[in-house]
Amino acid sequence: MRAYAKRATALAAGLSSSSVVMADWTMNMTPGVTGISNQIFSLHMTILWICVVIGVVVFGVMFWSIFAHRKSRGHKAANFHEHTVIEVIWTIIPFAILVAMAIPATATLIEMYDTTESDVDIKVTGYQWRWQYEYINEDFGYFSSLSTPRAQIENRQAKGENYLLEVDNPLVIPVGKKVRFLLTANDVIHSWWVPDFGVKKDAIPGFINETWTRVDKPGTYRGQCTELCGKDHGFMPVVVEAVPEEEYNAWVASQREAAEKERQLTQKDWTLDELMVRGEKAYQTACASCHQPDGTGMPPAFPALKGSPIATSDMAAHIDIVVNGKSGTAMQAFGGQLSEVDLAAVITYERNAWGNNTGEMVTPKEIFDYKNQGSQ
Amino acid sequence: MADANSDTSPTPRRSNRRVIAWCMTGVVGMFAFGFALVPLYDVFCEITGINGKTGGRYEASSTGQVDADRTVTVQFLASNGPGMSWEFRPVTRSIKVHPGEPVTVNFFAQNPGDTPMVGQAVPSLSPSEGTPYFHKTECFCFNQQPLEAGESTEMPLVFIVDPELPEYITKLTLSYTLYDQSQHIEVSGPVGAGASTNKNG
Amino acid sequence: MAVTGVFMSAVADTHSQEHHHGPAKGISRWLLTTNHKDIGSMYLIFSFAMFLLGGSMAMVIRAELFQPGLQIVQPEFFNQMTTMHGLIMVFGAVMPAFVGLANWMLPLMIGAPDMALPRMNNWSFWLLPCAFLILVSTLFMEGGAPNFGWTFYAPLSTTYGPPSTTFFIFAIHIMGVSSIMGAINIIATIMNLRAPGMTLMKMPLFVWTWLITAFLLIAVMPVLAGAVTMMLMDINFGTSFFDASGGGDPVLFQHVFWFFGHPEVYIMILPAFGAISHIVSAFSRKPLFGYASMVYAVGAIALLSFIVWAHHMFTVGVPLAGQLFFMYATMLIAVPTGVKVFNWVTTMFRGSLTFEAPMLFAVAFIILFSIGGFSGLMLAIAPADFQYHDTYFVVAHFHYVLVPGAIFGIFASAYFWLPKWTGHMYDETLAKTHFWLSFIGMNLAFFPMHFLGLAGMPRRIPDYALQFADFNMVSSIGAFMFGATQLLFLFIVVKCARGGEKAPAKPWDGAEGLEWTLPSPAPYHTFTTPPDIK
Repeated sequence: MRAYAKRATALAAGLSSSSVVMADWTMNMTPGVTGISNQIFSLHMTILWICVVIGVVVFGVMFWSIFAHRKSRGHKAANFHEHTVIEVIWTIIPFAILVAMAIPATATLIEMYDTTESDVDIKVTGYQWRWQYEYINEDFGYFSSLSTPRAQIENRQAKGENYLLEVDNPLVIPVGKKVRFLLTANDVIHSWWVPDFGVKKDAIPGFINETWTRVDKPGTYRGQCTELCGKDHGFMPVVVEAVPEEEYNAWVASQREAAEKERQLTQKDWTLDELMVRGEKAYQTACASCHQPDGTGMPPAFPALKGSPIATSDMAAHIDIVVNGKSGTAMQAFGGQLSEVDLAAVITYERNAWGNNTGEMVTPKEIFDYKNQGSQ
Repeated sequence: MADANSDTSPTPRRSNRRVIAWCMTGVVGMFAFGFALVPLYDVFCEITGINGKTGGRYEASSTGQVDADRTVTVQFLASNGPGMSWEFRPVTRSIKVHPGEPVTVNFFAQNPGDTPMVGQAVPSLSPSEGTPYFHKTECFCFNQQPLEAGESTEMPLVFIVDPELPEYITKLTLSYTLYDQSQHIEVSGPVGAGASTNKNG
Repeated sequence: MAVTGVFMSAVADTHSQEHHHGPAKGISRWLLTTNHKDIGSMYLIFSFAMFLLGGSMAMVIRAELFQPGLQIVQPEFFNQMTTMHGLIMVFGAVMPAFVGLANWMLPLMIGAPDMALPRMNNWSFWLLPCAFLILVSTLFMEGGAPNFGWTFYAPLSTTYGPPSTTFFIFAIHIMGVSSIMGAINIIATIMNLRAPGMTLMKMPLFVWTWLITAFLLIAVMPVLAGAVTMMLMDINFGTSFFDASGGGDPVLFQHVFWFFGHPEVYIMILPAFGAISHIVSAFSRKPLFGYASMVYAVGAIALLSFIVWAHHMFTVGVPLAGQLFFMYATMLIAVPTGVKVFNWVTTMFRGSLTFEAPMLFAVAFIILFSIGGFSGLMLAIAPADFQYHDTYFVVAHFHYVLVPGAIFGIFASAYFWLPKWTGHMYDETLAKTHFWLSFIGMNLAFFPMHFLGLAGMPRRIPDYALQFADFNMVSSIGAFMFGATQLLFLFIVVKCARGGEKAPAKPWDGAEGLEWTLPSPAPYHTFTTPPDIK
């Protein structure tokens, strides 16, 4: 009963908090923060106003007829039914308007396609359901997943300000530099969109696409995946932090250092409890969307882990399926996606959570050896 | 009743047959056209390069003149397809080349698992307008690549950037996606797609 | 079927005695009928049933989107709802409704005794319930119904599709066969059974638009069949048409799909163009302005529809030259569409207007369809489309085209011809109520979606960021209102079929056409001897 009351309070809090934030009746596109997004915005406004003017004229005539030419006002019907000159005129005028509209649109499009002379190249890979960013000239990369807690999504907790638009590791780019994005996908088609940049491009498995942006204003910019990519399509946001160049350089250095540290962590002696703590976190971001936070899965596509033979018996098979995936199913090979530490933590977590109390653990070192077995 | 109707109808019955025949020709033709779109699209892409699928083996050993005044950056990317556990990366991340000169680069692949596997790399080039000007004379992607458990290899790619490459293209990005073909070796593709499997190298 | 009985009782009982043979009795009448009026009625009733089913799925979608957070359904089921809603509305509601109207009205309008191929007509109808039985049954299969959107892009629908995808493909095949048979029948009827003296350029516009629509159907339904067959082979026979790992191309699927898909959207609107032309002219008591240009405009729209498909794919990475071509071609469609709207408005201009329910729906059609056309023009501007694509702006756009376009067009036609079908006048007050509630509900539901899309809300998401909350709530309220209102339409039609004020042969004094020379309700057999055309 008390739990129920607690949940109701949380729900009420959630509702009322959203109604506070809700004072947002944005009706128009934002001009954005890049040259391209501003050009798109002005194209959008131009075409919108053209439509409004045409609409006012045409519907003006119509409403005049509705008002003045009603039978109830005693209006007698005229009998004209064609007029070649008028018909030719109203074919030519729209055509002329379209030509006038096509010119700036073409110019903007050509600029959008100019990906030459970039300063930073970033490879963006879409996965079900998160993004991977690789700084291809800097030799590091990471995954970026939704960080909104399940409790907020399921209304058990008040929703935060950036509900569904927040990630664990945002993409970081320098301001004032031309950043080129190379997009591809691992599984299905995704689409990478940041409205403030005026950048949207599909990420297609097996194919590479490119687009670019130059952001002049530092800030955090948020977008989402815009191509239906399965169950959690609505839960794979894009967050980009544009920072000044010095800050960016420092960040790149720290990322490299962190990558090195991660490699050292692999060598550290981990206890079961440490792995469980880290494993729960990694599980929530990498595994929970399919196998569910409580390990019950969504059969048949996403089998349960709770009490499953994979997670409770042969350890080697468990490591194999997590590291190498399972062909022909939605189970990806996480060997390249998660660090050795996270792999070890996740596997250990899955073997000890939700009543799978095997008491067994696998260390990052063992995962490292597993991945490199047989190599010279 | 149909007969009764057509007896009284102003037009003879056979003209219905003719309409049906014409329409069915249209239907069958359009169904075939749907399938014909597959090879048509491949041909179209080969000419225009619109989908970034680079062509097959380029037979000529050189394209004549080397344009030493012009430099084009060629960038290499490697990705793994779903369920592919190999380590796969370009040995050279990017290289500056003169159009017309043959260039050799290597890709590294390793099978970390404990079973032999077969991989197939699928290439894609960006910007796609550059595709018709990127010639591969030798590529690991022309064939499937088997690797024993734990085995690693360096796979060569020899290419020539055509001097005809449009001026506005200064950087080409060649991306390979490596797919696990261990289970698909026996299965051959459809006529259209099968043909492109051989060509897309 | 109870409704069917009620619907047709007026026709059957009152007039069967006057003819050599009336309809058969009982269930076999409906199973075996080759009468165009019976089949037309069955199509219309089936499509309305599908409209309610697809609509109830829309209600689930809007209920989930009423507030941020997941309340009612899980994302997996939400995706099944959006997919099934789209498929059912397109293939189950709109297309069969127009075929139903064609079945009922084409023979009456061209002075033919029946459709040219009556037995095939029966077949093409009865395939539909089979197809939808299969499609709807996928909801109860393991792994659920198709969940990849009505556009079923590969590889989400192939490698990653649920097990029920094969049944979905089978259902699409059957629907395709049904549509193609219907289209052949319509072409044969129009080509061969016109009354002597009715030349092509004397044909009523509804006949013209349906003739062109039928050609579109024959041209593109086989392409759809080809696309799903390739999917079937990819899923079950190890081919890789759309699978990059085997040398295929997922983008190829989109090209094939939209080669079908874009003409398909005109298939759903052209017949409405024809019907609206009759209605506007009738209630303006004035001949249609620019008949010939209307015909040419429809022809131009149909032809252009084959060279614009890639405007659905501006963000997939089509090269610049392709983007420009498809942008220009798409913008060009605004010209013939504009001509049609100008013609309708000019038809009203200096007429003698009254506003019965068909005219109300027709006027709303013109205004709201134009708004959908305007947003379509905006979407055609390729650079701007990078911001609009796959957002709620697109959802707003196509619902503005399809709800006031196709659906209001069907309502207008239904009210316009109901007296002819049933022999009774419908309840005008209720019909006007139906109109106003639909009009308000529809705008409330779909207009805010423009704002949502421009503010950055992607389509096909079960949950959204907080800044989208207000307009989503408004939209849901509008959708519930629109949905509930349609039950009123059911009531009005049943009431009209069961009785009411007796309808004269020509209930609308401005209406023109052969159908109004027949008594109301139209006898079971009509024009067994062809009429004379002046």
